[in-house]
Amino acid sequence: MTEKTDVIIIGAGPVGLFAVFELGLLNINCHLVDNLDKVGGQCAELYPEKPIYDIPSRPVVTGQQLTEELIKQINPFKPKFHLNQQVENIAKTEYGWIVETNIGTKVEAKCIVIAAGAGSFVPRKPPIENIENFENKNVFYAIRDKSIFKDKKLLIAGGGDSALDWTNELSKDSNVTLIHRRKEFRAAPDSVSKMQELETKGKIKFLKGQIKKISKIKDSKLMIEYENDNERSKIEVDYLLPFFGLKMELGPIAEWGLNLHENLIKVDTEKFETSTPSIFAIGDINWYPGKLKLILSGFHESALMAQEVFKYCFPDKKNIFRYTTSSKELQKKLGV
Amino acid sequence: MPKLIITDRSGTKSEIEYDSNFTLMETLRDNGFDIEASCGGCCACATCHVYIDEKWTNKLKNMDDDEQSMLDQAFDVKNNSRLSCQIDLSEEFDGLEIEIAPE
Repeated sequence: MTEKTDVIIIGAGPVGLFAVFELGLLNINCHLVDNLDKVGGQCAELYPEKPIYDIPSRPVVTGQQLTEELIKQINPFKPKFHLNQQVENIAKTEYGWIVETNIGTKVEAKCIVIAAGAGSFVPRKPPIENIENFENKNVFYAIRDKSIFKDKKLLIAGGGDSALDWTNELSKDSNVTLIHRRKEFRAAPDSVSKMQELETKGKIKFLKGQIKKISKIKDSKLMIEYENDNERSKIEVDYLLPFFGLKMELGPIAEWGLNLHENLIKVDTEKFETSTPSIFAIGDINWYPGKLKLILSGFHESALMAQEVFKYCFPDKKNIFRYTTSSKELQKKLGV
Repeated sequence: MPKLIITDRSGTKSEIEYDSNFTLMETLRDNGFDIEASCGGCCACATCHVYIDEKWTNKLKNMDDDEQSMLDQAFDVKNNSRLSCQIDLSEEFDGLEIEIAPE
């Protein structure tokens, strides 16, 4: 089923969220898509606890606080979020555009607003020769169906929450070895103590080291070579599950035929429209002469973008500029 | 001006002058070295990984937990690995030798 809205915003970081506000004031409804499982983008994923000092009127605010307050600010406009998915394809329709995500969500909208920051968060892959040949066969960066690991021998690599949570969970039905470069872990203390308890009971094994080489041996098993203090060792396993956090990459956006400037999307500074009419780009993902990657620049860009999107959504209407402080109409929309 | 000696990913050595108001990451980036530093220097990404010449490792401020934790997401981590955004330069590092870690 295809849903219909006015604007589809790609990226639910601070700039994508504020775009909902600026568009909402002009009676434009939005859906947002984000690859993360939560709203807030880099502010929520990379530095939720870290202070930001350059948001006007906020001498200090953390990434998490900023996200929470933006969500509160846009709540009157009831945006719809499609999380845990990435927009893969876009196609022109009579109505505007239809976008489709990697899990099959389809939304039709008049305009597309790309607010994708530094791109999508994707798993960080270890730089091991030939690893791509084993991906989705013996090597998985995310787990969708844990039943395939039942009674198998697994090597889980990493020291964060994903590595430890999966070590603890999969140890119930599989033979699990955890490998990490040191015997300290950045995962939640509860998960760490549970893992240590499993190790003491002999339910899992721990290896100190870093993976250097993968090769295939008979019966579709993998031979993994790892190194610790310049000493190489080997382990034979059925599956390797590396969990080294996330990194950002532009992803499918690069294939949509938009004019780019060094992996950023070129826009004009009046409308923040890309080289394709009715596709806009705001925030860290865009480029124009003098661009600064600041959240406040993205907020400004949202407001100007909305003025142009209005023309696509309501070609016959005149947009009269109003202030939230004095306009009863805007205040009604905001529910204040 | 004090100097740093940098080995880039192709193995080429060069000398750069530095200003002690900046971090090592900022200095590398401002001098055009290929260092991603995607989080912009708030110790949240591990893409500014460098190796510090062993002679200097003891002279640097010790790593805090945040930096150690982020290094868990880097690859080819060695005993002399550091995240360059966490190294505040000062006059006393004149002659410091560093190598940019593989991507």
